[in-house]
Amino acid sequence: MTQLPTHTDKKLGLVIDLDTCVGCQACVTACKGWNDQGYGAALSDQNPYGSDPSGTFLNRVHSYQVQPDVGAAQIVNFPRSCLHCEDAPCVTVCPTGASYKRTEDGIVLVNEDACIGCGLCAWACPYGARELDQAVGVMKKCTLCVDRIYNENLPEEDREPACVRTCPTGARHFGDFADPDSHVSKLVAERGGYDLMPDLKTKPTNKYLAPRKKDVPQEASVLAPLLDIQTTGFAGWLDKVLGKLG
Amino acid sequence: MNPAPSVILFTVLSGMGFGLLAFLGAGFVQPAGWLAFAHWGLGYGLAVGGLAASTFHLGNPQRALRAFTQWKTSWLSREAWAAVLTLLLLAPVALSDWLGLGWPRQIGLVGAVACFGTVFTTSMIYAQIAAVPRWNNWTVPAMFLSFELTGGALLSGQTLPALIGCAALIAALYAHNTVGDVAFAKRGQTLGKATGLDIVGAASVFEQPHTSPNYLMREMIYVVARKHVLRLRPIAFGAAAIVPAVLVAVLPSHPLTFALAGVIHLSGAAASRWLFFAQAEHVVGLYYGQRQL
Repeated sequence: MTQLPTHTDKKLGLVIDLDTCVGCQACVTACKGWNDQGYGAALSDQNPYGSDPSGTFLNRVHSYQVQPDVGAAQIVNFPRSCLHCEDAPCVTVCPTGASYKRTEDGIVLVNEDACIGCGLCAWACPYGARELDQAVGVMKKCTLCVDRIYNENLPEEDREPACVRTCPTGARHFGDFADPDSHVSKLVAERGGYDLMPDLKTKPTNKYLAPRKKDVPQEASVLAPLLDIQTTGFAGWLDKVLGKLG
Repeated sequence: MNPAPSVILFTVLSGMGFGLLAFLGAGFVQPAGWLAFAHWGLGYGLAVGGLAASTFHLGNPQRALRAFTQWKTSWLSREAWAAVLTLLLLAPVALSDWLGLGWPRQIGLVGAVACFGTVFTTSMIYAQIAAVPRWNNWTVPAMFLSFELTGGALLSGQTLPALIGCAALIAALYAHNTVGDVAFAKRGQTLGKATGLDIVGAASVFEQPHTSPNYLMREMIYVVARKHVLRLRPIAFGAAAIVPAVLVAVLPSHPLTFALAGVIHLSGAAASRWLFFAQAEHVVGLYYGQRQL
């Protein structure tokens, strides 16, 4: 039902570390791969090998250039997916009850059999977390791999979302934010994890960790030391002779 | 936001239809026989036709009846209920007018109020969305209700209500433009804030996450038409309110006058509604660096 639960027993979600993310897109691929086989309708592609390929993805990785007040610009890779908000605006706008937030763990899901594909939930989400699948006409979103995390047929180390399992740099962490001693809660406390667009009052579960400050200041140009090379030996003699010729 | 023809048709036609039904229900005009059939038929036709158009963009329209279940939280669901209840409420009055049954008209007054209630629920579908700052304010219901009042008065041939409606519409359109133009900036969202990266420095897009537009960009980042805004706004003002007001004020009070004013108003309403969608910016555009300058 589209009334949000007043309390969820667990608050499952992700911590995304922007300091360690290298933008390899492995989480995008792993997400698409896992969610193409099993839970709900497959994530379709339109014209995938043509000139204008397009498709449904539950996770997208942006790349931003950030220019600090002093020093060189930095590249920050920014994965964006459903934040499983406590006050999820996508759930309450749903006219059919297809969108819901689970009381037991706080995961926001879509019952695809009840979805009419009106798209209003995608409009209501500030984060662009929902995409309407163009082949089946139902709304797709991150399920936090609900079919992995409780799946006892999988080895225990695989019972986490596909994006977290695949991340080669450990930039994605999965856990229960309702438990103050959990790995994710500690990370957020230590690193000052923050919400995206908190003033929209969606109370996201997922948290982001900002890039750390550079411990060694970068020189203005890494080529600068090369401009004044003092050569010795044969190269020095050649340098001197050529200098005289020029 | 993508100005899809289905949502433009839905909001414009159903708004006008419920406006006409409100004037008929309230008894401003009480036609009899086949003239009543034509009046009520036009009202029901526009309202039902608009509602039917709203199903065109659904991914799975065969499940549309499920939209009646979530009225406790969803304005879209409330709109579905309000529309059906209003149409049912006015049916006895319409039948009585058409067949000359002489049934009491009190229920028509209730139906007229319900017509405005229905259009209010339609407007709230948009006004509730905090992620679209241009919509997320009182001017949206004000504009939708003014359109309903004007459209209904013109189609039912009421000079004074039509003039009041046009005046209200000019005020509401002006308010929507004025409040809406600064709404996004007032919300204070930027790429740096949306990503949290402003604590590091000034953020800009280095590379997009995908090479061609996806559903989000097609649906919520509609930039193509923004350049036509300055030309379309005067057209919307003129055709929706100013020209119809002048026509009904100057020309004799004849059905042809109202028909002409009604058609011009309809075209203005469509232009205005197109702008309503095309100009509205969703905050997700920030992540793509696609804010209007």
